[in-house]
Parts: sequence; structure tokens; C-alpha cells
Amino acid sequence: MKKYVCGICGYVYDPAQGDPDNNVPKGTPFAELPADWTCPVCGAGKEEFTPE
Amino acid sequence: MENIYNAIKVSEHVYWVGAIDWTVRDFHGYTTPHGSTYNAYLVMAENITLIDTVKAPFLDEMMARIKSVVDPAKIKYIVSNHSEMDHSGCLPQAINLIKPEKVFASTVGAKTLKEHFHDISAIIPVKDGEVLSLGNMELRFMETRMIHWPDSMFSYLPADELLFSQDAFGMHLATLERFADEIPWATLEYEEATYYANIVLPYSPIVLKALQKLTATGWPIKIIAPDHGPIWRQDLDKILALYQKWATQMPEKKAVVVYATMWHSTEKMAEAIGEALAEAGIRVKLMSMNEFHRSEVVYEVLNAGALIVGSSTLNNNILPQMADVMTYLKGLKPANLIGAAFGSYGWSGEAVGDLQEILKAMKIEIVTEPVKVKNVPDEAVLLQCREMGKKVAAELKKRIGG
Ligand SMILES: [Fe+2]
Ligand SMILES: [Fe+2]
Ligand SMILES: [Zn+2]
Repeated sequence: MKKYVCGICGYVYDPAQGDPDNNVPKGTPFAELPADWTCPVCGAGKEEFTPE
Repeated sequence: MENIYNAIKVSEHVYWVGAIDWTVRDFHGYTTPHGSTYNAYLVMAENITLIDTVKAPFLDEMMARIKSVVDPAKIKYIVSNHSEMDHSGCLPQAINLIKPEKVFASTVGAKTLKEHFHDISAIIPVKDGEVLSLGNMELRFMETRMIHWPDSMFSYLPADELLFSQDAFGMHLATLERFADEIPWATLEYEEATYYANIVLPYSPIVLKALQKLTATGWPIKIIAPDHGPIWRQDLDKILALYQKWATQMPEKKAVVVYATMWHSTEKMAEAIGEALAEAGIRVKLMSMNEFHRSEVVYEVLNAGALIVGSSTLNNNILPQMADVMTYLKGLKPANLIGAAFGSYGWSGEAVGDLQEILKAMKIEIVTEPVKVKNVPDEAVLLQCREMGKKVAAELKKRIGG
């Protein structure tokens, strides 16, 4: 599964890790993150992310 | 007895109790020729609250200004709007001296302060939108992550319609005038733009959202009290409009030619490019990195539409002063630029290709072939440079009209 990078702060969303701080379980692909999910570091929306 | 340092009254309940740093010249690579101030504020509510502190060496100055208003032991709360050392450096010492009941920061700020000062007392995290009662009035919090650190937040005091905006709307300018309306507008605009370009620029998309969010709160704001430089009690619409404009990064009919030269060959090329751009009606700034500082370059790039870069080749590489400014610019993520590269070389000539690669990595659209010359440019090469200038001018006009 593809990793995605936040264009604002450089945080990398790794589907293998999920986003435990926001209750996103391991194995969740980027596309399946909820529309209102935001970067756990800087709060940027999904639209700021690009595939690594 | 008279005090050496006094607080300055900002509004009915708020005093400035910060410090003036007349001699600071460097903020992690951003040169600050006019010094700065670290602004801390005292809210004289029923529960007396200190908003932010100052850089570590200025603890005594801040404490003295506080004492001119109130016994520091009476301060009940400290709020940290931003964890960076210029505002938190003396926080542990201030906590020891004041012994406040509670210290607050954003959720990220609470963690960051712990990572800065490992044995600091517990910091209470406050959430976006949370309201803190100061007894007879309240303080409201708004997260402003990445303006310009993940921990950054605003605090708003409805009683005085005053926004504590930490680094946002601030500038590095040491003055004894505490209010922006006591300083000429041209100075304010220059310093604010320089600060925005060097600190806030990479987070411009977040700034646009934060400005919307701030409007959506419906908070009436009469005063903006930032953590550096003068306090805004007039022209609030003008300063907000400038932030909106810079965050939008609308390119203007302006080109910045940034270069470094060994024996003036690359410089001659820069001049030929500049002449042609100007003849085509583009404002041009030529900046030799042998003389200019990277902070001045990013100030000029802030409203530019084109970035043209040149370097001699030194030992198969770009010149170190060019590598410096390109690394700095890349991190600051200027958007909506077109570009081109040029340079002279003695035998191998890698610099121009390397510069093009950096431009591409910065997502700058390269609109014309590079110009490279072995040793000193002759007239034919300088005419090619003029062609580069004309081509960039035409492309720029195509994109922004006129
Ligand atoms: Fe900061
Ligand atoms: Fe700061
Ligand atoms: Zn991010």
C-alpha cells in the first residue's frame, strides 16, 4: 500500500502504521481515511497529501 | 522609587511585559538587522494571567516589567501560545519564580514544552475552541497549527476584543514604540513582509484556512498583540489583507535573478538577462549571493513571478553561496513561479544542470533552455541571455496577463 506525504509539514502517512492518535487502525489505505481526516502533525486536510 | 523597566498598558486589562532585543541579528538563518522584541502580556483579570514569556536571557527584564504592575506571586495562570525558545526560553524559570496555579498550552504545545524542558511542571493541554475562565472574564483558544509550528495557537480575550496571535502578524523590529500606529507604514510593511517570507511562507495554504477560521469565529477584534514587534490597534484590516495576499502567493510582474559568480562571467550573464526583462516591462531584482543575504532574497521572491538562477561551476558543483540560498528557498516553498538557469564554467559545467534540478524539485516551471558558457561570455552568449530574459518576460505576462 502506498505511503502519502503531507505537503505542509512532511509527515508521512504509512497505511501499515495507520494513525493511532486519530483511531485509524493499521492497514487502512490512504483512500479509505475519512474525508475529514487531518494530518496528525499539522492539521492539513487530505488534499494536501501526495503519494510518496 | 522609579522603575528601570515598566509595563506598557495595551488595553483596559492587558499590559505588555516583554523584552526588547536591540542586538539580535540571526534567527536560525534569518538575518534580523533591526533586532526584535519578545512580547509577553499580562492580563489583569481576577485570575491574573501571563501570556507567553521571553527568550531565556531576558527573564529579568520581563519580571521587572511585571513587577511594575503587580506582585508576580499573584499571577495565577501562564498560557504558552507557542513553544519556540524565543517565547518559552525562560518559562521554567518564570514558573519557579511565579509559582502559578496552572500552566496551559495547546495539546501539541504541552508535549513540545516537555520535550524542550524535561523537568518542567505539568502543562495542561487546551483544545481548539476551549474557553478558560479567568474569573471575571474569559480567554478563548484557537489552534493555528503550522503558523508556524505544530504547537502554535491564538488566545482571544473578548473583554478587550484583543487577539494574542503569537508569531503571526509579528515582525522582527526592535523599537520603543509599542504600537504599530507610531511607526511609518512603509517600515511596517517591509518588516512584516520580510517576516512572512522568512517564517510563514511555507505554510501559506494553512494561513488561508486559518484566516477563514478566524473570520468564522465572529470574534470582534480591536487589537492584535503578536509575540514580536509592535502591537496593532489600527489598520487591522490592512495587515489581515496583506497576510491574505502573501498567503495567496499571487505572482506579480517581477523577476528575481539570483546568482553567484567567480570572475564576473556569470554576473555579466545575469545583467544581460536583467536588461532584457526590464525592457519587456518586468520589474527586476538582481541579487549576487556574494553580497546579498538569503533573507533578503526570499523577501524579494515573495511577490515575484519568476526566479532565474545562475552559478559558476566550482569543482563540479554550484557555488556554496548558491547552494545556501537554494536550500533556504526550497524549504520556504515559494509557489506559482516560473524559472530558468544559467552560468559560466571552466571545464565541466555541472552547476547549471544542478540548478535546474533544484528548480524542478521546488516545482518551479522551467520555461526556457538554460544558457551555459565555457569561461567568459562573448556577445553571442550575452544575446542568448537577453533571449532568456525576453522569453521569461513573455511567459510571465502570458500567465498573469498584461
Ligand atoms: Fe516561532
Ligand atoms: Fe517567535
Ligand atoms: Zn502535516
